[in-house]
Amino acid sequence: MTPLLHPYDVTREEGFRAPLDYNRKSLLKDVDRCHKAEIVSVIRLTRKERLFHIRLLEQGERERFSFLPGQFVMLELPGFGEIPISICGSTSQKGFLELCIREAGRVTTMLHRARVGSRVGIRGPFGSFFPLERMKGHDILLVAGGLGLAPLRAPIMHITENRSDYGEVRILYGTTEPEQLLFDYQYEQWRRVDGVTLSLTVDRPDAGWQGAVGNVVRLLEEINTPLEESYAIVCGPPVMFNSVCGTLHSRGIPRDRMFVSLERRMQCGMGKCCRCNVGSTYVCMDGPVFDFWTVMNLKEAI
Amino acid sequence: MLFRIVEKMAFRSLIQLLLETTQVIGPRKIAVTREGKPVHQYLPLSGFEELELGYDTTDIPAKSYFLPYEENLSTWSFIGNDWTQEITYRLQPRVLVGLHACDINALLKLDKVMTREFFPSPYYISRRKNSFIIGIDHEPCQGGFCHWLGTDSVNRGFDLFLTDLGDRYFVAIDSERGFTLLQQVAVRLVTENDTADYLTVRRRIASGFAPPLDVRQLPRLLDMEFDSEIWRRWGAKCLSCGSCAAVCPTCYCYGVSENVSMDFTRGAKVKQLYSCTLKDFAEVAGGHNFRSARETRLKYRYYHQHRGFVEQYDEPKCVGCGRCGRSCLAGINPQEIIGDLLATEVPS
Ligand SMILES: Cc1cc2nc3c(=O)[nH]c(=O)nc-3n(C[C@H](O)[C@H](O)[C@H](O)COP(=O)(O)OP(=O)(O)OC[C@H]3O[C@@H](n4cnc5c(N)ncnc54)[C@H](O)[C@@H]3O)c2cc1C
Ligand code: SF4
Ligand code: SF4
Ligand code: FES
Repeated sequence: MTPLLHPYDVTREEGFRAPLDYNRKSLLKDVDRCHKAEIVSVIRLTRKERLFHIRLLEQGERERFSFLPGQFVMLELPGFGEIPISICGSTSQKGFLELCIREAGRVTTMLHRARVGSRVGIRGPFGSFFPLERMKGHDILLVAGGLGLAPLRAPIMHITENRSDYGEVRILYGTTEPEQLLFDYQYEQWRRVDGVTLSLTVDRPDAGWQGAVGNVVRLLEEINTPLEESYAIVCGPPVMFNSVCGTLHSRGIPRDRMFVSLERRMQCGMGKCCRCNVGSTYVCMDGPVFDFWTVMNLKEAI
Repeated sequence: MLFRIVEKMAFRSLIQLLLETTQVIGPRKIAVTREGKPVHQYLPLSGFEELELGYDTTDIPAKSYFLPYEENLSTWSFIGNDWTQEITYRLQPRVLVGLHACDINALLKLDKVMTREFFPSPYYISRRKNSFIIGIDHEPCQGGFCHWLGTDSVNRGFDLFLTDLGDRYFVAIDSERGFTLLQQVAVRLVTENDTADYLTVRRRIASGFAPPLDVRQLPRLLDMEFDSEIWRRWGAKCLSCGSCAAVCPTCYCYGVSENVSMDFTRGAKVKQLYSCTLKDFAEVAGGHNFRSARETRLKYRYYHQHRGFVEQYDEPKCVGCGRCGRSCLAGINPQEIIGDLLATEVPS
């Protein structure tokens, strides 16, 4: 007997089996399938944070994968969970990702125990990015607190690699204690780039600390050149946003030229699970990068 | 759209024919309340007799057939330190019969989220396209307010839609497969007499509704009343149990968890529908909770229904089915909350 209703096979839709590329978000695809990737090296940054070098295993995927500074990926540990992590490396590294990860819970703890050679999954990139094109020709302030240096590192890499496109670049970074400073082995490298300055501060100095003491707002206040024409990127704990962005505004930077990256719980990265919603905005789709004026208009953002 | 008339006996034959080869899901009586009111649920039918098309409403919506409460997103097989990922999508067609206009409108709203512009969901689409939908007109249900939201009638999103004209059904046909399926039984063209009867039934249904509240101001009012005492008052009652979202035909938020088999050879990535009123909905690692107060979670739910969704899709997400109000043990119901926001009495 011929069936009265024909079965429908979604995998036979046009383009469904075409190579995975999460940048093409309007295509009907296998949205839960991840790129297989390998942890090629692990670099200990602090007691709680490690830098993972991750390489996509499939040649074609490696070539297609591209991201913009500020975007994130969903990192899958099969059988354990999937978490959103900002890409903290350079856009010029093809199919090779740097992820700086803090040990915070179930998945991240497991990851910190993972050995070199472990196979993980990557979905993405997802989300919005820092508008580095628009910032061309301007001075740039990069302000980070704590783990905020991780999402800030991608724009730092981009700007130092395309140094001639930008004016003066100031990196201001603060943590609670000196031993929490991330990427300390790279400071010298950044400082030596012409036109780039890096200032550090900590709240609780130890005996060996020779730098500034206090929070990053202090570092901002010490800048005595005009800032009106600058763009700013601010990454860190939400409490930092109001004070830093408030200070930047008092120095003449319009709020829509300051960018922040919001953190929310995320289970999909694709505007489906609603976990990342701020009011009615999807942080995974419209964010995580927002200009501060938009953030002020989001209910319950900070 | 095409229209036909099918005698009730012929409709019965159609369902029986379908039952021979296909899963057919429809409103089935599963219990009777203490007050003697039958309780219905959309469940697979084993025979036409189980189908009770005259049902009032169901506690649980039909969404579970499109967004199951729990589903496997992926299955992992582990071999040494490597793994493979398997994903399967629904391939079997099935029939859902007896859905009311609100529930079909709810599917149309889910379609907007799940099938459009960004990251269309193959999980949803495979279920949606494998579902043959037969809707039916009905008298206003108890506690529903679909007419406030314009979801008391529906023109798309189904294959067939029935209006009961006593001994026969007036059938609206909205798909080729619907038209083809109807050819299995005796159907006839619509006469002037049928049209007149159809209009009479529609008028009778419309007259059964109390006057509606005007919800068009809600998106703005929700912004204006963001810090209102309305939320503290209603929020103080909320038990954060999550039932309201579970029974809502348009609530789709979820959580994901993964597991590994005892012998470490297989694992699964499992999606569970969640609820924004549950305490840890917006909690992140380190324990920070962006909505730790229960009133903020209740408010967020209304915010998404009547503002966020409107901003994205120019229509509210709520279809006014009243299920959240009926299922709430704390007596929180959407009509009264909307009434409070509009500073109006709810007509009964
Ligand atoms: C856009 C974005 C970028 C991020 N970038 C980084 C980064 O570069 N480095 C870094 O160390 N951390 C980053 N995080 C935070 C990181 O995602 C969480 O620390 C991580 O999800 C914790 O997972 P867990 O299983 O170890 O913790 P648990 O507390 O055990 O969490 C259980 C589950 O809750 C969810 N969850 C918990 N906390 C968060 C959170 N903060 N954000 C989203 N989901 C969460 C996850 O799905 C997780 O699997 C980022 C978060 C977002 C939203
Ligand atoms: S069903 Fe009622 S008590 Fe439970 S979470 Fe919803 S509003 Fe709160
Ligand atoms: S919010 Fe309540 S009334 Fe509105 S669609 Fe959901 S369950 Fe029905
Ligand atoms: S992470 Fe799922 S909707 Fe944003």
